Amino acid sequence: MVILILMIPIAGALGLLALWGFMWALKSHQFEDMQGNAERILHDEDDAD
Amino acid sequence: MSIDYACYAHDEEGVAKDGGKRQALYMQIEGMTCAACAFKIEDRLNAEAGVKARVNYGTQRLHVSWAGETEADKGRINQLVPLIEKLGYKAAPFDAESQLEQAREAQRFLLRCLVVAGFATGNVMMFSQALWFSPAGSVAGATKDMMHWAMALIALPTLIYSGRPFFYSAFNALRHGRTNMDVPITLAVILTSALSFYETQRQGDYVYFDATVMLLFFLLIGRYLDSLARGKAREAAQGLLAMMEGTATLKDGTSVRIRDLKAGQVLLAATGEKIAADGVVVRGASDIDTSLITGETLPRSVGVGEAVYGGTINMSAPLEIEVTASSDRSLLAQVVALMEKAEQGQAKYVRIADRVSAKYAPVVHVLAAVTFLGWIFIGQSDWQDAMLKAMAVLIITCPCALGLAVPVVQVLASGELFRRGILLKSGKGLETLALADTVVFDKTGTLTLGQPQWLNPEALSAEDRVLAVAMARQSRHPLSQALALHGKGVEAEVAIEDIAGCGLKARVDGQDIRLGKGVWLGAEAVNDGQMEMWFRRGEAALVRLVFADQLRADAAETLKGLNGRGLRLIMLSGDRQAAAEAVAAGLPLDEVRAELLPADKVAVIEALQAEGRKVLMVGDGLNDAAALSAAYVSMSPSSAMDVTQNAADFVWRGQGLGPVLTAQRMSVRTGQLVSQNFAISMLYNVLAVPLAVAGFVTPMIAAIAMSGSSLIVVINAFRLKWGKVG
Repeated sequence: MVILILMIPIAGALGLLALWGFMWALKSHQFEDMQGNAERILHDEDDAD
Repeated sequence: MSIDYACYAHDEEGVAKDGGKRQALYMQIEGMTCAACAFKIEDRLNAEAGVKARVNYGTQRLHVSWAGETEADKGRINQLVPLIEKLGYKAAPFDAESQLEQAREAQRFLLRCLVVAGFATGNVMMFSQALWFSPAGSVAGATKDMMHWAMALIALPTLIYSGRPFFYSAFNALRHGRTNMDVPITLAVILTSALSFYETQRQGDYVYFDATVMLLFFLLIGRYLDSLARGKAREAAQGLLAMMEGTATLKDGTSVRIRDLKAGQVLLAATGEKIAADGVVVRGASDIDTSLITGETLPRSVGVGEAVYGGTINMSAPLEIEVTASSDRSLLAQVVALMEKAEQGQAKYVRIADRVSAKYAPVVHVLAAVTFLGWIFIGQSDWQDAMLKAMAVLIITCPCALGLAVPVVQVLASGELFRRGILLKSGKGLETLALADTVVFDKTGTLTLGQPQWLNPEALSAEDRVLAVAMARQSRHPLSQALALHGKGVEAEVAIEDIAGCGLKARVDGQDIRLGKGVWLGAEAVNDGQMEMWFRRGEAALVRLVFADQLRADAAETLKGLNGRGLRLIMLSGDRQAAAEAVAAGLPLDEVRAELLPADKVAVIEALQAEGRKVLMVGDGLNDAAALSAAYVSMSPSSAMDVTQNAADFVWRGQGLGPVLTAQRMSVRTGQLVSQNFAISMLYNVLAVPLAVAGFVTPMIAAIAMSGSSLIVVINAFRLKWGKVG
């Protein structure tokens, strides 16, 4: 059972990583336009920036 | 209506990379059917120097910004908009973005709470499952305590973070001396966590952390879906409102926003343009199409000194109009006031979820209290044990299923309606429409298309028809536009001369071609009440082109369908009796009434409702706006006048009347599924509550029962998509 001391923090950290990823995506407005953004990747555009 | 977009441009916040100032504007775009349309608009605008465009396809909104800071730079937007229109889309300035942003932030807050709760649920379950499924006694002592502490470490911050939507709402309710469903939820969450924490630190056997975070997770799903549906309705409503925006051109050539117009200003109304405000004609003579206001299909002639109403269309010649009423005292404003009165008179509909929770919340508290006291005094158990059992009752009796029962079905239903071109504008719409037993239709623009159609194209030879269409296409007069609709495949281009107030003139092969008013062409007046235009090639015989408003193609079929569903059908019209009866012939209507003023329509609907009938009003004109508000539930086509769209609970797109039937069917089906969902969650309560009161509910049973009932409710809601509706 000693392995739990390692496993529990690792599992928790991985979960937190995913949570952070989601919060980052939400903050950078990736959920504002679900269909538009989903198809934007298929569209050739000359990005000026 | 022509719009001077420069009136809406504003300085963009923040500074661009090159340090220069930029102008920016939000616009509502109409006509996008797929995301590729959005990119087409972006590409076209981005190709212009200094312009940056971004379309949000979901909200159908464009944000465009361009370099510059002077008034002249602001005017540049007027060159950009035609680029969008040339691609085939309609654009209107959109002012409410900052207002909506607040609502969106509230939605994002819920989403953050939901995701954190979801994360915590998954991780807490990892431990609680390990504990449940280990053979009794195999996980004990330090290992068990460590797992309890890990659960506490995850659950407690989550409760503080994700519980906020419930805490705020419960606190607000209590402060005003009321109670709502959030009070027992808050109580359950806080007390259970506190008790579980107490058990953890005294190395007890059972903790309820998993049940509390899961409760929050499922409840937040319901909350979020509900806010999603409301948000969609709000965006749609604001989008429609944007289409109402407009600017008026003053005599000195400057533009002002319509809502900034003041009495005494003189404005110009070009041919084919909507008149911006109520006023008196000071120069010019023209015909006015008042159909949207009065329901009358024949245009009315006006001259100097006569009054015109805002919202009517100037049909034949430019007019100068002195504004007599600023926008808050116009006929439009009067109708809006009438609308508000009707709304106040209407018994406020309480949504089914609110009614259930208002009755249910006190029961939950009483049950939990009885359990607690019962176990102390009758069961002789210690207070921790009694408290745990009372908490189990609280958790079990606030089933997530109840929180999900309505929103899941309504989100799915409004999504389905949206795919069929029907916008749900109010949250109560689906519930009230299902209960409607009488449908009242307006005539002009609702049962009929509201636009004149050319009845006798065969009156012209093929060659003349091409000429007439090629000429008409260049005019904005409603009758010309009806002619232009027959222009498919016509390539010919003709140079025309637009003679104000008379018609169009062209010269082809040495012959004068004239298209316009009978008086101008010297035709003998025909008094049959039809809309007409005359055509003459050179000295050849005069030809009379006749126009009439026509029934929507599927009107009869739709009315038959509604009739078959046991609804009483009534037609009300502001038009003349004869015109109304002509339309009503052949339709399965139970009652037809004509020559009604807006107030009369309201009176008819109120009389029906006084008899205990629940009225669905379908209408499009300004004269219907008050009636729409007075009715139990209302629908409007998207070609309707803007005020009407705002008053209606549903707005549909397209040429047909079929959406009325579709929406009615869908709402009945939604109602059934909501009732079933309530039945399921009630049944679950009836079974689970006695067990909880008796103290048999362990954390595992609570968790299984809770997720089980929630899943059943969600799956049941999805039958809306699987079943055949409309």
